[in-house]
Amino acid sequence: MRLLTLICLTILTWLNTAAAETVVLGLNQDQVSITADFQGSELLIFGAIRRDKPLEASPLQVALTVSGPSSPVTIRKKSRVAGIWINTDGQRIGAAPSFYAVATSAAWQDTVGPALDGRHHLSIGQAIYPQDIERNDDSRFQDALIRIRTDEGQYQLLENEVTLQEQTLFKSRIRLPSNLVEGSYPIRVFLTRDGELVSEYRTNIQVRKVGLERFLYTTAHNTPLLYGIMSLAIALFAGWLASSLFALIRQQ
Amino acid sequence: MQVYLPIAEVSVNAFLLLGLGGLVGVLSGMFGVGGGFLLTPLLFFVGIPPAVAVATQGNQIMASSMSGVLAHLKRRTVDLTMGSVLLAGGLVGAFLGVMLFNYLKKLGQVDLLVELCYVVFLAIVGGLMMIESINAIRRSRAGAPPKRKKHNWVHGLPFKMRFRVSGLYISVIPPLMVGLLVGVLAAIMGVGGGFIMVPAMIYLLGMPTKVVIGTSLFQIIFVSAATTLLHATTSQTVDMILALLLLIGGVIGAQFGTMIGARMKAEQLRIFLAALVLLVCAKLALDLVIMPSDLYSISVGG
Repeated sequence: MRLLTLICLTILTWLNTAAAETVVLGLNQDQVSITADFQGSELLIFGAIRRDKPLEASPLQVALTVSGPSSPVTIRKKSRVAGIWINTDGQRIGAAPSFYAVATSAAWQDTVGPALDGRHHLSIGQAIYPQDIERNDDSRFQDALIRIRTDEGQYQLLENEVTLQEQTLFKSRIRLPSNLVEGSYPIRVFLTRDGELVSEYRTNIQVRKVGLERFLYTTAHNTPLLYGIMSLAIALFAGWLASSLFALIRQQ
Repeated sequence: MQVYLPIAEVSVNAFLLLGLGGLVGVLSGMFGVGGGFLLTPLLFFVGIPPAVAVATQGNQIMASSMSGVLAHLKRRTVDLTMGSVLLAGGLVGAFLGVMLFNYLKKLGQVDLLVELCYVVFLAIVGGLMMIESINAIRRSRAGAPPKRKKHNWVHGLPFKMRFRVSGLYISVIPPLMVGLLVGVLAAIMGVGGGFIMVPAMIYLLGMPTKVVIGTSLFQIIFVSAATTLLHATTSQTVDMILALLLLIGGVIGAQFGTMIGARMKAEQLRIFLAALVLLVCAKLALDLVIMPSDLYSISVGG
C-alpha cells in the first residue's frame, strides 16, 4: 500500500513538471484487421484529462486526428478540346494521406487557432501539405482533392463531434471506410484553450490484412511470378472444371 | 455479401461480381469474344481501380475462354492450325503493343488514346458487321442462295497453306497480319481482341462463322495468359479474389452462351454482336463528348 502511494506520488510529481493538464487515452481496438468480409470499421477514441490545479475560467477544448499512410497523388483537370473532354491540366502533390479525420469538441475556430494549425497541421488542408513547399500553387487542385476524398469518406472534418463532459471526460467515434490502406495510423489528441495548445498526446493504431487477404497480398508482392502462374492455373482449372461439369450434365 | 479484395483494397458485393462475370461469360460463349471491352468499363463503374480492373480481367477472360474452347473442341469447331498462325502473329503484336503503350505513356494522354481507340474500332467493326448481317438476312429472305466464298485480294498472296477445319486454302500472311494487329490492340486497349478478330476472320479470311468462334477463343487464351503474367510480374495488380469471383460467374456463363450460340442462326448471332459493339461504342463516345460531372480526377502514385 505504501509502495503504491509512493508510485502514485512519483507519477503525480512527474506529471506536475510535464504539464498541468494531460491526456489519458483509450481505444476500443488497438488493431484494425482487414478480413475477407471487411466493410469498414468504427474507431472509438475515449479518454480523460488529468489535472492537478483548479479549472481555469476559459474552457478547455479537445481536437483529435487520425491519419492514414501518405502517398503522392496527381490531380487532373479536364477541359473541352475540339468537342471532347480531355485532361489538360494537372498538379502533383508530394504526399497526401490516404485517410484523414479531424474531430473537435467545439466549433473549429474555438478549438484550433491559426498558430496551432500552422505548427501541428490539424486542418485537412494543412495535413495535405505538411511542408510549406507547394503552398503558393494553384489552390483549385487542393480543393478538388479535399472535395473528392471528403465525398468518399476518406477525409472527414468532424466539428463538434468530440463529446467533452465536465471538462474531464471525452469521447469520439471515427468511421473508417472499407477502402482502408494497410499501415500505421497515427492518432493525435490536442488539448487547447482559446485556440492555443495546452498539451498533446500521440499513439498509433495498426491496420493490417489478416488470413487469406494477407497471404495473397504478400505473395503478389514478394513472389509475383509464382502469383501470376498461380492465377493462370486457377483460371485454366476453373474453365476445365465448368466445361466437364456441363458435359456431364448434358449427357444425363 | 460484401467481400474485401486484397489487391484492389476495396470492398465490393460478391454477387454483383458473380453476375458481371456471368454476363460476360454468356457473351464469350455466344460470340467468341473475350468480353473485355465490356467488362473493363463495368468494373470501373463498380469502383475497382482501373489498373487492377485491366490486369485482372485478363485472368477472367482466360477462364471463360478455356471453358468455351473445350465446349467448342467437343463439337470440332476449332481450327487449331489457323489458331496457331493467329497466335504467332498475336504474341509478336502484343510485344510491339506494350512497347508502343510505354512510349505513348511517356508522351502523356495515353488514357485518351485508349478511349479514342475503343470508339473508333468499335464503331468501324460494329457498323460493318451490322450492315453486312442485315444484307445477308435480306438476301436469304429474298430466296437467293447465300454467297459462300468470295475471292478477293487475300487469295492472291503467296505462302499458301491448307486450313482443313475452316475449309480454306489461303496464304498465311493475312492471318499473321490479323493476329499481329489484334495483339497490338490487345496490349494497348487491355482486351483479348476478339471483337476485332471475329469480324476479321469472317470478312477478311472468309472463315465459316461457326469455326471462327472456337478459333478466336483458342487464341485469346494464350494472349490473355501472356498479359496476365506480364501484369502480375511488373505491376502486381492482378487480384486473385476478384478474378475468382468473376471467373466462377464467367465459366458458367460461357457454357450457357455456347448452348445459346449453337441454337441461333449465324446471321442473327452477328446482328446481336454488332448491336452490342455499337452500344458500348455509343456509351464511350458520349462520355467523351458530354461534360463530366466532375472535371477533376485523382490518381494515386502518378
